[in-house]
Amino acid sequence: MSTSTVPEAPTAPSLLAGSVEQPTFGEAIGNYVRKVRGGDMGSLPAILALAVLILAFVVMKPETFPSTLNIANLFQQGAVVVTIAMGLVFVLLLGEIDLSAGFASGVCGAILATGLTAYGWPWYLALAAALATGIVIGLLIGTLVARVGIPSFVTTLAAFLAFQGVVLLIIGAGGNISITDPVIVALQNKNVPPLLGWAMAIVAVLAYAGSSLRTWQLRRRRGLVAAPLGMVVVKIVALSLVVIGMVAILNQERSLNPLRTSIIGVPIVVPLIVTLALILGFVLTRTAFGRHIYAVGGNAEATRRAGINVKAVKMACFTICSFMAAIAGILAASRATSVDPNAGGSNVLLYAVGAAVIGGTSLFGGKGRIVDALIGGAVIAVIDNGMALLGYSAGIKYVVTGAVLAAAAAVDAISRRRARATGRG
Amino acid sequence: MTQAPDLAPPPTLEVRGGRKNFGAVHALRGVDLVARAGEVTALVGDNGAGKSTMIKCVAGIYPFDAGDVLFEGQTTHISSPADANELGIEVVYQDLALCDNLDIVHNMFLGRELKKGFRLDESAMETRAAEVLASLSVRTVRSIRQHVASLSGGQRQTVAIARAVLWNSKLVILDEPTAALGVAQTEQVLQLVRRLADAGLAVVLVSHNMNDVFEVADSINVLYLGQTAAQIRTKDTSRMEVIELITSGSAGMPAGAVAPRPSPDAPERATRVASATATTSDATTTTNGSTSA
Repeated sequence: MSTSTVPEAPTAPSLLAGSVEQPTFGEAIGNYVRKVRGGDMGSLPAILALAVLILAFVVMKPETFPSTLNIANLFQQGAVVVTIAMGLVFVLLLGEIDLSAGFASGVCGAILATGLTAYGWPWYLALAAALATGIVIGLLIGTLVARVGIPSFVTTLAAFLAFQGVVLLIIGAGGNISITDPVIVALQNKNVPPLLGWAMAIVAVLAYAGSSLRTWQLRRRRGLVAAPLGMVVVKIVALSLVVIGMVAILNQERSLNPLRTSIIGVPIVVPLIVTLALILGFVLTRTAFGRHIYAVGGNAEATRRAGINVKAVKMACFTICSFMAAIAGILAASRATSVDPNAGGSNVLLYAVGAAVIGGTSLFGGKGRIVDALIGGAVIAVIDNGMALLGYSAGIKYVVTGAVLAAAAAVDAISRRRARATGRG
Repeated sequence: MTQAPDLAPPPTLEVRGGRKNFGAVHALRGVDLVARAGEVTALVGDNGAGKSTMIKCVAGIYPFDAGDVLFEGQTTHISSPADANELGIEVVYQDLALCDNLDIVHNMFLGRELKKGFRLDESAMETRAAEVLASLSVRTVRSIRQHVASLSGGQRQTVAIARAVLWNSKLVILDEPTAALGVAQTEQVLQLVRRLADAGLAVVLVSHNMNDVFEVADSINVLYLGQTAAQIRTKDTSRMEVIELITSGSAGMPAGAVAPRPSPDAPERATRVASATATTSDATTTTNGSTSA
């Protein structure tokens, strides 16, 4: 498969392989600074914004915002938006948009709720039905966009309207289906036992350390440019501190009345989201399919000429997006322990698009990562939560969130222009 | 170059009487092409003569409506880019078909990534890409992990060509590879083209530029209004004659043999297809003296 038809036998070892100069720690930092200045900022603006916001809310609401109860609350509040945003990253990478993801999550939530109550299905059957609905929705939208050729904006706008109607039809105007199934309710309302939480944290840290050190060693051995060991270690230590710190905080008692009910441990939704993020991140960065998604977003015609089935890639991305919306619908139903006709409506979709874009995913396609959805979702959850604690009205919250989204989109557009100018594309 | 007329193996690619219509438009009305291993075959013709259509037919973007395609002597039917790739036909398009947001390695392996199970084998791809670039004597690229967006025109062209030879390719078709390049970069790319042929590949070079054609081509195929006017050995012809063929579809006697219709088993030949408008040619040649725009 990879036999060579190359003209001359490689004489001198190439400048590119074998004799590469490995960057030092300082050079690696210098390279990063150059990259950022060249317009490739990634999640940096979002991380800075997150730090500023957290600091501001801690200063303004020192007793409530950093409380363990509120921190756990932040994760549960942000879960729905982050889950939809992770799916949206796939669609945004193509340079497309899915405006229907919010109400798609509502439809799936409504299917879950009616399955559980009206039909009395066991939780796993209702769950499977909700997830299958998400896949069907994604295939439908993917077909309309990729095969029929309707612009995704129009397709998903139509779906947005239609799914809003579907939720209303399933639940009935003014209706409300409550969910009592303990498994579904536990997803967003129960916690992982503290010891299991610690075990998962340690496994996660060791796995990350092991895989990044192994990659480093392999690249060094093959004579490829590798990040300096110091940098790898710094990243491992930073991640360990964050993970261990979070588990330590969440494993404290946070019930307002510990004698009556004990609330302790990492919310179940946290490992769930981390697992989803790892799987999706793996798909995007480590598989040929993921590479093809970036290629379609970069140059769809070139991708087609390279023999890649662009339509199939688009179909798959829309399907993944709607599937993630289905998971979000289940999480939303679990958190509210009910589904009403507005499920997945109001600001859910816009927050999710905002999360992906604030995190650094480009609306122009071809650039973005799963972690963007996590960081951007955290920014949105912190704004939403902090401003509510400060007693601001919903009106002000929307204005501020809108302003942050506009700022993120502006950063995207400007850094794109800057990248053009410095040839980093 | 490497001709042993009587015992020569069949040409890598041979097209006989290829036709292609787009509705009422007859884009190709009978094209013939012979591309041999170890040779650069130039495909020339004025704008709209059918060069792009012809290479797209060979590349499987859309198939010929009629006519025979022989690959290494075997009749074959190329109906998709995948068919073409399978045979070992690689096309480097004029607009390069690279993804700006991916790095050099990812572009070179796009669509044919090396994998370890489910996972991309990044280090194997990186090593291999570096080897190929080195063997093509590419020394100008700073890092093969840099995004293609940051490369110059010549470097991009090099990446596109390197991608084409990365595979077991037997025929590489280059569509106007020097059209957007400066003098020095043009020279580098032409040297690269020559090296590909010297390494035993069949190379088809689509070009407008007579200097490029006469510098590297072993054989010149001229298209005129969707038909093959002639395929001539470079050493047997002159610039004037080729330009005459391009602009009028016919010329005075080419130095080589002239057959009214090519006989497929005459390996060293100059094919001349009776052009529909083969009349006197002096008027057009003087007004359109040079097509190397």
